[in-house]
Amino acid sequence: MRTHLKLGVAAAALALVVTGCSSDDDGGSSSEVDVKANEDCATRTEEARDAGDLTEVSLQLQWVSQAQFAGYYAAVAECFYVDEGLDVKIVEGGVDIVPQDVLASGDVDYAISWVPKVLGSIEQGAGITNVAQIFERSATTQISFKDKDITAPADLKDKNVGSWGFGNEWELFAGMQSAEVTVEDINLVQQAFDMNAFLAGDIDAAQAMTYNEYAQVLETVNPDTGELYTPDDLNVINWNDIGTAMLQDAIWATTEKLSDPDYEEQTVAFIKASIKGWAFVRDNPEEAATIVAESGSELGQSHQLWMANEVNKLIWPSTNGVGVIDEAAWAQTVDIALNTQNETGATIITEEPPSTAYTNEYVEQALLELEDEGVDTLGADYEPIDVTLQEGGK
Amino acid sequence: MVPLWNRVRAVVLGLLGIAAVVATWDVYKAVGPAEGVLVGETRVLPRTTELAMPHSWEMLQRFSEPVTGLAGAPDAFDAVLDASLFSLGLAARGWLIGVVVGLALALLMSRLRIVESALLPWVILSQTVPLIAIAPLVRRWGSEIQIGGHVWSSEDSVAVIAAYLAFFPVAVGALRGLKSPDRTHLDLMRAYGVGWWRSLLTLRLPSSVPYLLPALRLAAASAVIGAVVAEVSIGLKGGLGRMVIDYAVAASGDPAKPWAPIFGAVVIGLVAAGAIGLLGLVLRPFRLTGVPS
Repeated sequence: MRTHLKLGVAAAALALVVTGCSSDDDGGSSSEVDVKANEDCATRTEEARDAGDLTEVSLQLQWVSQAQFAGYYAAVAECFYVDEGLDVKIVEGGVDIVPQDVLASGDVDYAISWVPKVLGSIEQGAGITNVAQIFERSATTQISFKDKDITAPADLKDKNVGSWGFGNEWELFAGMQSAEVTVEDINLVQQAFDMNAFLAGDIDAAQAMTYNEYAQVLETVNPDTGELYTPDDLNVINWNDIGTAMLQDAIWATTEKLSDPDYEEQTVAFIKASIKGWAFVRDNPEEAATIVAESGSELGQSHQLWMANEVNKLIWPSTNGVGVIDEAAWAQTVDIALNTQNETGATIITEEPPSTAYTNEYVEQALLELEDEGVDTLGADYEPIDVTLQEGGK
Repeated sequence: MVPLWNRVRAVVLGLLGIAAVVATWDVYKAVGPAEGVLVGETRVLPRTTELAMPHSWEMLQRFSEPVTGLAGAPDAFDAVLDASLFSLGLAARGWLIGVVVGLALALLMSRLRIVESALLPWVILSQTVPLIAIAPLVRRWGSEIQIGGHVWSSEDSVAVIAAYLAFFPVAVGALRGLKSPDRTHLDLMRAYGVGWWRSLLTLRLPSSVPYLLPALRLAAASAVIGAVVAEVSIGLKGGLGRMVIDYAVAASGDPAKPWAPIFGAVVIGLVAAGAIGLLGLVLRPFRLTGVPS
């Protein structure tokens, strides 16, 4: 009898714990980011929401919350979207979430994704359009320790070359192809999320985003010196310099819906407020990093700030105004997508993308409106800040 | 007082087991070659560098340090505890759904031969579809479902994916158990003129318990794995799966940190299995009925 009583108590306690956890959530989707707005903006958002002045708009990110997307977070936190009559919900990505698929299936209104990844989807029938090319430059690099002496794509020959694959490898392969290094000439190593294989020497030249993995290396103690690694320890092959850079983060919209005047107007408003958000990140990188951190990013503080600063460098200074798709850069991306083969001999696309794949119509209108408001969309005198990374990115 | 001694011995042995694992880890780290042990080109034992194998006490100590340098950041322990409870909750939801669905399927299949022939291949086939293919689909389909006032959330998607893994052992185990009573017992029931329901309650269900318990335990483990992997897959915030991705960034600069969610997963796996153990004790009276061998 007594054992039964004890069992009953234990079972009841367990049931309490379990139901307690599941009743924690308030019913809303946790993939939606709760962006911490400043007090003034939070009240304004509430009021506008209650008055029914806002149109709900959802944005699918390519990855989880991090400063790579700081501009959109800033636009929510600083009420730039609300000023345009938009109530923007940011939806985080995940390992198996393909933003362009989520957008094409109509679950969200806009998505952030890299151009080469989307070109493949478009060829397979996804009806989506690049309406603003936020990142002008590519952040993908191939890094190596100085003693490996890898300074150009030709030096990759006979080396262990790391790549994440899954559509992240094209700039590397195009760069190698330009130096007449074939995939057979290198030992291609599948790279993980972390840089341990690179630090352990299993990978000679590792793929690294300037805003993330490069910093991960610089946050690690060099066992030889007892200090953190420094940029002097590394050689960097930057695909922007080699000429095989491809366009990265862009805002994508649903092609079909762009024939609807309401959606068109909303698209202009969305781009406009997003660019305003990015201008805020340019002028206030520290504050922007804090906004992202408070919205649930788990990255360390110095790593977050580093990322905000590096992402700024991809956007600012802007040649034609943020978001404008440069024809030459687009052509280069398409050309690489058509003509570069990966290790299986496949190319991203087999024919030219349709003319609906991008348009400057909406971003140009957004830029005009921003100019009228006196927002600097070129950032001609932009200067990056100096970020000191801490061990482990803390 | 023998039972008490037995219990003490079990606890002591359990602790010794953990201590042995920890000792093996640290001893290997201390004496193993830095480059690990290689047979030809293949590394059969890992490197012993700080990056590859942090000291056990460093991993433990990491729990008491803040997650990030941000002011007000919680200790890693609190963060992992929260995430573990979150994931455990989702796994429990998935387990419950899986058990209900699995039992229902087993009942149907044991009742009607034709249903068994029609369903069983599909049940088995369902487990050959990789989880990473299912996860985005569940999220997408789910977002189009609205039941009453309840809006489908990503938590629901994770629970469903956990259930997808959990229902299988239950369905197969329960089916086996429901069909386990001796022919003679079933004939006796028929001779008494007892209906299907009655013989289900008095004979088939009790005699399925020995088959059901391992199935439920397997389902609990599957549900935990399903929940964590689904969180990774669809990027749901709040649980251990997402924490694994988030902390991976620190793998080089703060090598002890990515281990924290892994320990969390171990603990919730143990808690889940322990919970089924409790259930087993409740069902103990039925354990020996109707088992032929």
